[in-house]
Amino acid sequence: MTMTNQTVSFVYVTYIASTPEKVFEAITRPDVARRYWGHENVSDWKPGSRWEHVRDNDARTVELTGKVIEVSPPTRLVLTWANASEADDPAKYSRVTFDIAAYEGMVRLTVTHDELEAGSRMENGMRRGWPIVLSSMKSFLETGQGLDVFASPKAA
Amino acid sequence: MKANPTDFDAVFKALSDPTRRKLLDLLHDRNGQTLGQLCEHLDMARQSATQHLGLLEAANLVSTVKRGREKRHFLNAVPLHEIYERWVRKFERRRLALLHDLKNELERE
Repeated sequence: MTMTNQTVSFVYVTYIASTPEKVFEAITRPDVARRYWGHENVSDWKPGSRWEHVRDNDARTVELTGKVIEVSPPTRLVLTWANASEADDPAKYSRVTFDIAAYEGMVRLTVTHDELEAGSRMENGMRRGWPIVLSSMKSFLETGQGLDVFASPKAA
Repeated sequence: MKANPTDFDAVFKALSDPTRRKLLDLLHDRNGQTLGQLCEHLDMARQSATQHLGLLEAANLVSTVKRGREKRHFLNAVPLHEIYERWVRKFERRRLALLHDLKNELERE
C-alpha cells in the first residue's frame, strides 16, 4: 500500500427555497431521499451509530457506509464516508459535513467533503456526484420533482 | 450589490469574463487555493483578483472557507449543473428525439 498524505476537499453550496427542517429530512429520511437521490441514507442518526447509503432498487445494494459523528437537527450533520467495499480500511474514510442555515427566506446548504484521498475513485466520483445530487435535492424541494441522478449523456 | 444566489443572470455574467473563467479552471485543477496562490497564475494586481473572486462568490460559483488567517476558495459546481440541466440537457433530449425519429423514418423505407 502506498502511504499518501495528499487529501483534497470539496465545498458545495446551494440555496434552496425551503426550510432547514425539510432540508435535514431530505438527507436523513429514507422515504424522502429515495425520491431525488435514488438512494436512501439509513441510520438511527445517533452519534457513533453506523449509517448506510442504500441504492433504492430491488437489490438494495449498500454502496457507502460510515459513522455518524455529529447530529444537530436541523442545522448540522457530520458523517464519515467510505465505499462499502473499502469499509475495512480506516485510511479510506473521508468526512462529510452538512451545514444548513436559514438565509433570507431560503436555506443555504453547505456540503463540505474533507479528507478525500487525492486521485481516488471517491474523489473523482464525488466531484461529479455532489453537484448532481444537490441540484436534484433543490429541484425536488422546490418543485416536488427531482432530477435523474443516473442520467449520463454517453448512455443516451 | 449582492446578487441573488439563485439568479442565473449573475452566473452568466460571472462566466462572461476570461479571467474569471481562468480562476474557475485554476480551482478545478486545485481546489481550496488562497488568493496568493491564485495570483501566482494571474497577471494582475491582488485587488483586481479579489474583485473577480467577489463576483464569482456572489454568483455562488466559488465558496470560501476561513481556516485560521487563510481564506480558501472552492469551486462550487452546483449552479453550473443547474445551467447544464436547464440549458444543455433540455436541448440534448430534443436532439436525441430527432435522431430517434430519423432512425424510425429511415428504417421504415
